[in-house]
Parts: sequence; structure tokens; C-alpha cells
Amino acid sequence: MNGPETTMQAARPIGSGSPLARWIETPEGVVLPIELGQRGERAVAFILDFLIVFGIIIGLYLLLLAVILGGKFGGIGWLFALVMLASFFIRSFYFAFFELRWQGTTPGKRAMGLRVIDRAGGPLTPQAVLGRNLMREVEVFLPIMVLISGTFSGEVWQTLATIGWLAVFMFMPLLNRDGLRVGDMIAGTWVVAAPKGALMRDLAHDEAAEAQSPSHYSFTTKQLDAYGIYELQTLEGVLRDRRPNAGEVRAEVARRIRAKIEMPEEDPADPDTERFLRDFYTAMRARLERRMLLGVRRRDKHDRR
Amino acid sequence: MATVHTRAKGDETPTAAPRAGGAPAVTLKSTAFRAEREPAWRRLEALITRAETGGLASLDARELLRLPILYRAVLSSLSVARAISLDRNLLTYLESLSSRAYFLVYGGRSNALSAIGRFLAVTLPAAVRAARWYIALSALCMVLGVVVGYVLTIGNLDWFYTFVSDGSAQGRTPTADTETLRRPLFSDGRGLGERLTAFASFLFTHNARIGIMAFALGFALGAPTVLLLFFNGLTLGAFAALYTSRGLGSELLGWLLIHGVTELTAIVLCGAAGLMLGRAVIFPGEYSRLQNLARAGRLAAVIVIGAVLMFFVAALLEGFGRQLILATDQRFLVAGVTAVLWALYFLRSGRGTS
Repeated sequence: MNGPETTMQAARPIGSGSPLARWIETPEGVVLPIELGQRGERAVAFILDFLIVFGIIIGLYLLLLAVILGGKFGGIGWLFALVMLASFFIRSFYFAFFELRWQGTTPGKRAMGLRVIDRAGGPLTPQAVLGRNLMREVEVFLPIMVLISGTFSGEVWQTLATIGWLAVFMFMPLLNRDGLRVGDMIAGTWVVAAPKGALMRDLAHDEAAEAQSPSHYSFTTKQLDAYGIYELQTLEGVLRDRRPNAGEVRAEVARRIRAKIEMPEEDPADPDTERFLRDFYTAMRARLERRMLLGVRRRDKHDRR
Repeated sequence: MATVHTRAKGDETPTAAPRAGGAPAVTLKSTAFRAEREPAWRRLEALITRAETGGLASLDARELLRLPILYRAVLSSLSVARAISLDRNLLTYLESLSSRAYFLVYGGRSNALSAIGRFLAVTLPAAVRAARWYIALSALCMVLGVVVGYVLTIGNLDWFYTFVSDGSAQGRTPTADTETLRRPLFSDGRGLGERLTAFASFLFTHNARIGIMAFALGFALGAPTVLLLFFNGLTLGAFAALYTSRGLGSELLGWLLIHGVTELTAIVLCGAAGLMLGRAVIFPGEYSRLQNLARAGRLAAVIVIGAVLMFFVAALLEGFGRQLILATDQRFLVAGVTAVLWALYFLRSGRGTS
């Protein structure tokens, strides 16, 4: 329990091997696991936002066109200037505006369940939001402009150098493990997936299930010490499994546990799988939690403590 | 309670062995803990779910005050649960609830107006003062460009074509007669009023973009920023040489500086921001490159925002001030006043407040 890594290992022995799993330390000093947003999801979120921005800008110009065709106003120049200014502000500050107002999300990010947070775990500052979004100018809009305006009139090596240059910016998210854009790098931010997690019944205190079949297995300390925390939580997963073939899985798990702790089925014709597994889970959790309170955190069955 | 005694291995009989559980009457510490804290978690979860769909604005004042309290409560629950509970679902739930609450509590401030006010009065001038050496270096790059451009062009006007693209020359080349060179300096733009406003906003978006680029390209070790500043200086120097050779030096200076004080300062600031990024990448010092980039990047971003605002002021001065004020000495006056105002703002504003 010293330092974040050990805490993390202790807190979630299963599933922490994901390449997107990271942790942050909140200002209160509590370590929270987070999951980085997938690059594909981020790309889709960006495309959504991009479409919104350009939808608005095109709408503005269409409006301008309608006004010009209507011929009601004399001062078209003013209107044109206004539309240009508005387009510039919308394009440059759309992302920053939403990330400031919506706690690090934009409409696109919200649709994809993504969020910008501070990499060090501190608050997301306005400076960071502005910095990461100003960078988009070079990462996205400049390459697009170069492609559209066809600034390829120079020599071949110039063109290649330009493309290579811009490619470094554009493809930066693919070149580092955290999927950081250049904007994320200069702002000290990263994009994480919104956490999901519903609270289910406590398996060790499931009144409905207990009313149905009160527990009646008891185990020796030696039998309970056959396994560690990893196996306990794997068993929890098996017990919470609601898939169609979950019954078969549970029967197989029960068979293996019985073999391991040398406690054969009393009546093989009428196996009492559910009750046995739940009682074993409860007893094992009681044993392991008690030992944990005394400072012994037995990681798995190979951990001889 | 019927207890099925099952065969155990060796001499350890079930009755003799300590019971590690099995009876429903035994309530685990973690179960009791959960029963006691769960209502608070559920309250927080309901608050968060509402804030996530409707924004923080959908919470009333009382709920907003309760949010950080419930957030700290769930963090403490998580710490306790990590110490006493092995229920993985419970731990995962508390972690995700803590993260969601953390995102809301530390997700940035939503009071945009006071944030902007503080930014202008304190954050921006402080950032500029902190970056004074980068600004000096950035200004040096541009001044060097001006000097080189001027000296080379005044010696041989052919250099002009090297430094100034046809687009920005717009006919003002060494082959043009003096009157052609003089006319744009004192054009009041009458009759062009409408196009002028469009031009002003074009300049604004164009120059602002150049500034943002000088900043953003600084990430590439700062080299493009230095080049951008230098080339910008070359163009200015070449123009100055051309006009001086026709005896129009001070007229050009007045035409340029009325908005140029603001605009060139803004470009220099953007360049300084770019150089900060470049330095953060090249010399990370005691931090990792990424950490250092993040530290420098935030400061640099502040400066660039300030520069964008300055570009806006510059475009106004250029689009309107320069067309309305035609006398060169008055133009110098405006240039001088803007210089003093900017210097006062950046050097004095927000001093003493942390």
C-alpha cells in the first residue's frame, strides 16, 4: 500500500492489464484508475464536432447569401466582415468554449462518452483548455488548408517536407502510448473514457438468495487458504455472470474447487452448485478480509502468506 | 441451522477447526460498511447523473454546495473499502463514482465572465512578464530580419524581389514610380468603405492565424518560429529600404506603426510563446519532456490568447485609424500612445496579486 502502483495492484488485480488503463492522483491524495479514450472513438468525436462547426459556418454564409440575393441591405461589406469574424471565432473557440462550460466535454465527446482531464490529476484550467485547442490549428486546419489550396507549386522536396512536417503533427496520437495529440502534450491533458459501473448486490449478504437457500456449508481454515484474492474475485465474476452458459461455468468451477479443497459432492446426482459456491465465496471473503485487516493481503494462491 | 459436515483432510476436523464463516448471522465488516454508506453514494450518483446530462447548471445552489462534500465522502469510502473490502464490484463502483464526481468537481470553472476578467487583469500580464526573455529573443529575431532586409535592399534594390512576395508587394516594387509608392500610404479609402471593413476582418483572421501558427510550430523545436519571425522582419526591412530610397521613410514608418506597434508586438509575443515550447522540448531540465512541455505550454497559450486580442485591436487601428488619420505626425502620436498603453498594461497590471 505504499505508492500508487501497489495500491492499484491491490485494488484491482483483474483487468488492470488493459493497455488503456492508467491512474491519476486526485488533489485529495486518492489514486483513481482511469481508462484512456480509444483513438477511434476520439476520431469519431472530433468528426462530429467538426461537422457541427462547419455546419454552423456554412449556415452563416448561406444566410449572408440569402441577404445579398434579397438585396434589402446596402452595407453588404459590414455583413461580410461580421460573418468572417464570426466564422473565425466559432472555428477557433468552439472546442475551448464547450470544454470550459461542460467540464472538459464537447457535444462530440459527450456523444462518444469521452472527457478531457488534467494528466496530473489537478483541476482542468482554462489555460490548458485554450492551449490544447489552439494547437488544432496546426494539427488539423493547416493540413486541410494545404491540401485544399494545393500549395504544391514549389519543388518536390519542399512538398514532401511540408507533408512530412504536417504528418508528424497529425499522426502524433498514433505515435505515443497515451494517444496524446500535440495539443494534449502542451496542455498537460489527456482524454479519458467516461467511467461506467453499477453497484450490484453484495454476494456475501444477499438476503433474497439466503431466504431461498440458507447457507449450510462450512469450511476449514485450511480449505479457505487454498486460494487468494485473485481467485476470490474471479469467483465473484463467475457468480455475477448472467450469460446463458453461466450455469455450466459455475458447475465446472464448483467441481474444480471441490477437487482442490478435497470436499467431494455428497450427492453427485443432485449437485448443489449455487449454494456451495456462494457459501464458499462468503467464507473465503470473510477469511481474506479479516487477514487483510491484520495487514496480510494474500494476492493469489501462489502467494504463500 | 442445519450444517452439513463434510469430510476434511487429515486430522483437521471441521468441528475442531475455527469457523471462517458460513452462517448467515455473520455479517462481514465490509457488508456492514456498505449498508451504512450506501445511501450517501446513491445521493451522489443521482446528483452526478443529473449534472452529466443537464450540465452543472441543472443543480440548484444547495445541491452544488453538497457536491464537493459528497465527493470527499465517496473518496473516503473508497479508501476504506480498499482497506477492508474484497468485493470487486463494490470497489469498481466506488472508483467509477469517485472518478465521475472528480471530473465534475475538478472539471474546470464554469463562470466564464469572472474567468475572462481575471485572465485579462492578472493572468495575461503576469504570463507576459514571466516570458520576458523569450519575448526579447523573439523581438531580436524580427529586428535582425529587419536590419538584414534593410541593409541588403538599400545596397541593392534587387534584393527586394527576394524578400517580398508578389502578393504582399501589390505593385509596390522598385520599378514603380514614387507616386505609386506614396499613394497607398495616404489613401483615405473613401468609396471603399464597405470593402474596408471586410479587409479589416480579413487582416484580423489572417494575422491572428499567423500568430497562432508561430506559437504552434514552436513545438517543432522552435526552428520554424525563428524563421517565421526572421522572414517577417526581412519583408519589413525590404519595404523600409525601398521607401527610404525614395525619401518616403518617415511616411512609411507612420503608416506602418499606427497599427504596427500593436500588431508587431502581438507577432513577437506569439513567437515568444513558440520559443517557450521549443525550449521545453529541447532542454527539459529536471522534468520529463512531456511534463515540461505541459508547464511551458499553458503559459505560452495564455500569451497567444493575449496576442490574438492584440491582433483584433491592431486590425481596428489598421482598418479605421489609419484611414481616418492621414497626417504622419498624428500617426506617430497614435503609435506612441499605443506603445505606452501596452507597456503600462503588461508591466503593471495585476502586480501584487498572486
